[in-house]
Amino acid sequence: MKKWTYAAAAIAIGGVVAAGAAAVSAEDKPMLTIDGETFTTHVKVPDDHPLAPEVISGWEYRTRETQALELDDFQNPAFLAVEQGEELWSAVDGSEGKSCESCHGDAAESMKGVRANMPRWNEAANKPWTLEEHINSCRKDRMGAEPWKWESSEMLGMTAYVGLQSRGMPMTVQTDGPMASWIEKGKELYYTRVGQLDMACANCHVDNYGKYIRADLLSQGNINGFPTYRLKWQGVGSLHRRFKGCMDQVRAKPYKRGSDEFVALEAYLASRGAGLSVETPAVRN
Amino acid sequence: MKSLRSRYIRSALAAAGIGLFAGIALADEAPKYDVVDGGIPASLTGVAGNPENGKAAMLNRKGGNCLSCHAISALSDQPFHGEVGPTLDGAADRWSEAQLRLIVANSKAVFEDTIMPAFYRTEGLHRVADKFADKTILSAQEVEDVVAYLLTMKE
Ligand code: HEC
Ligand code: HEC
Ligand code: HEC
Repeated sequence: MKKWTYAAAAIAIGGVVAAGAAAVSAEDKPMLTIDGETFTTHVKVPDDHPLAPEVISGWEYRTRETQALELDDFQNPAFLAVEQGEELWSAVDGSEGKSCESCHGDAAESMKGVRANMPRWNEAANKPWTLEEHINSCRKDRMGAEPWKWESSEMLGMTAYVGLQSRGMPMTVQTDGPMASWIEKGKELYYTRVGQLDMACANCHVDNYGKYIRADLLSQGNINGFPTYRLKWQGVGSLHRRFKGCMDQVRAKPYKRGSDEFVALEAYLASRGAGLSVETPAVRN
Repeated sequence: MKSLRSRYIRSALAAAGIGLFAGIALADEAPKYDVVDGGIPASLTGVAGNPENGKAAMLNRKGGNCLSCHAISALSDQPFHGEVGPTLDGAADRWSEAQLRLIVANSKAVFEDTIMPAFYRTEGLHRVADKFADKTILSAQEVEDVVAYLLTMKE
């Protein structure tokens, strides 16, 4: 596997001191520190927030072994996808003979902060666009290339690579203007019971986080780590795949990836989890 | 943001509280039973429940899967007891047979807003996957078997 250029860059910024010392600082409660940069995994929120007193990253609910994989980019299996994304970034494709790089240059600069405020309102489409939709619109309309399938390795690689450029930055989705009604719709879906098991997302992720459901320790179901390497998937998966999986579990008919419903859920969860560090690409079990 | 809505949203059918007046309002194929004083006094099948079969139905991850939420000391040989619900140890000391039958058939009629699935209900559900549409999670006889097992849970 190729060495990480920005791993080095991040160390240069964060200072070499903390590298490697991260996981040992407190035996009981390791911090999420990657390349010397410590991430925000707990955000204090006011009483009227559904997760008061704290929004907590899913990282905190994983085992030490799983956590360790995210602490080290050389062990994080999602970096295979990131590497693919990096290669695609400069690969010419489509009728216009362009690559992402032709227009966007160095992703570390042009894509910094992009993942942190997804989904983002798109005036022309009159709806919020996820990262996937931004990428595919460039492919279709600007490169003359075929759009990538939502769950294709190309799309996962590119969303992981673009997402990584925001790693460590706080999630800050727009919540006012035309986004407000989408967030409201997402919240309604989050509290709607579905499926033969008749459960809403909130039944598990708001009412019962921190408790085991069978062998799984329930988290708040935050979205700051996506796309995420999931041990159960043995691969990287999109946020909408995770949504689908949770709907399948309760024997509900899932919405489609990229559907208005999933985009609304994504917008709601992005706003609910504001302030958590982007962890893309996270590792979960 | 508006203050958090009271709790959960359901389809209009469920909001009408049809489940509580089961015998009268349910559609033809839907499970029928009479609720009396917070319980279902009559057996759903007329065939006595078998506790061994009940235990199997409770353990089955595609069936009752009760351990996903409840710890049960008598089943401590099984891995991974969940923490979402209370332990079922001593359930038969706390609840009558009729009450246990209603808790299993339609938990929502006993515990408002509970996460516990209704194991013998098809009404008022929303977006059920085709494979499970109009099917109950447990059969009537399985409910009887589960109740028979729960009745052994005395402390
Ligand atoms: C022909 C030039 C061109 C090419 C090639 C191109 N893009 Fe874009 N891209 C743009 C423009 C222009 C925007 C809109 C910028 C804005 O609205 O401020 C944009 C927006 C984006 C955005 C939204 C974030 C932002 O900064 O606005 C993402 C993400 C993105 N492009 C990714 C990609 C990826 C990945 C590829 C390669 C698969 C790609 N682009 C190829 C021109 C291009
Ligand atoms: C039966 C309980 C249950 C329900 C209902 C449920 N989930 Fe989950 N969900 C889980 C479990 C178990 C996991 C894996 C452990 C964890 O992070 O909680 C998970 C994980 C997630 C994650 C990943 C969290 C991370 O840190 O990577 C997201 C996001 C999520 N769920 C969203 C949802 C949404 C949206 C819904 C409603 C459509 C939903 N869940 C409904 C049980 C549930
Ligand atoms: C998704 C989680 C979940 C599952 C699965 C589940 N329950 Fe429950 N159950 C609960 C919760 C939570 C309560 C507490 C009532 C409430 O919600 O306030 C409960 C309450 C009960 C009670 C009353 C508790 C007492 O005082 O003893 C019984 C009996 C019970 N469940 C039996 C079962 C049986 C039998 C099964 C399997 C067929 C089952 N449950 C499956 C979550 C669950």
